[in-house]
Amino acid sequence: MKCGIVVFPGSNCDHDTYHVIKHVFKQPVEYIWHADLASLQQYDLIVLPGGFSYGDALRAGAIARFAPIMDSVKLFSSRGGKVLGICNGFQVLTEAGLLPGALHRNKTLKFICKQVQLKVENNKTPYTKKYKNGQIVTIPIAHAEGNYICDKKTLAELKKNKQIVFTYHKDNPNGSTANIAGICNEKRNVLGMMPHPERVSEAVLGGTDGRLVFESLFSKK
Amino acid sequence: MAEQKQNEKSKKTTTRVKVYITPKKGILDPQGKTVQNALHSLKFKNVENLRIGKYIELELAGKTGGAAEEEIDEMCEKLLAKPVIEDYFYEVVD
Repeated sequence: MKCGIVVFPGSNCDHDTYHVIKHVFKQPVEYIWHADLASLQQYDLIVLPGGFSYGDALRAGAIARFAPIMDSVKLFSSRGGKVLGICNGFQVLTEAGLLPGALHRNKTLKFICKQVQLKVENNKTPYTKKYKNGQIVTIPIAHAEGNYICDKKTLAELKKNKQIVFTYHKDNPNGSTANIAGICNEKRNVLGMMPHPERVSEAVLGGTDGRLVFESLFSKK
Repeated sequence: MAEQKQNEKSKKTTTRVKVYITPKKGILDPQGKTVQNALHSLKFKNVENLRIGKYIELELAGKTGGAAEEEIDEMCEKLLAKPVIEDYFYEVVD
């Protein structure tokens, strides 16, 4: 599966994600510069990585969504291409309108960097098919704006269409609506999640619960 | 002389705007809550409903009146405010 990782000024998980895809899962992967007007049709997966694109100016992700490459990302996703937004990538996806809602300041006002327990709410997506429904996994978060907010109508739609993919289990760290940690679009090809699966894909780094996101993507079954 | 004329002309066609972005009603404003608590502990116990937003100043060249307002609305909706969590209003200064 050919993967592309978009690099914005201020992205800081692009190398971690590259490492996991290339060295742990042995898949072809390239960086894509945010200012490029490249067509993305040669890729199977585009990752919007974690970080602080444009220094979080105005709102996290608000400026990155206007980067020249984002038109190509929108076109790519509209044709069914898989787009994975992790942390800042999730924020960019909501700002770009590829996913509904917004990621607001954590209710504690603090930047939270810790392992959290997540519940897999939907394993019928290309990103989670190797998990079991209801499985509890431990994946770290690292954000100040992870408090997912949407209106009642959107929440009802997310529930009805089973677009809620990950929720925080027991402890909600940031105040997010309905404990949401990750959602997909209705077509299931776009996933945004605040936790970082790329940080727990090797035992040497303290956990492997994030591996199944990549195994799900790269498995042929 | 020509330059002065030009300056006068550009003055007339520039609109100065103050834009205010506020947390939407019903959306928790953790920053506002924290500052309100701090005021309470500073003995200002009568402070209520403190909300913190953003203040943006800008100058709009080449547009005035309704055309300027239309453009400011568009800016606010497309970038300056996130409608799910924020409201906006603005004042045209001159």
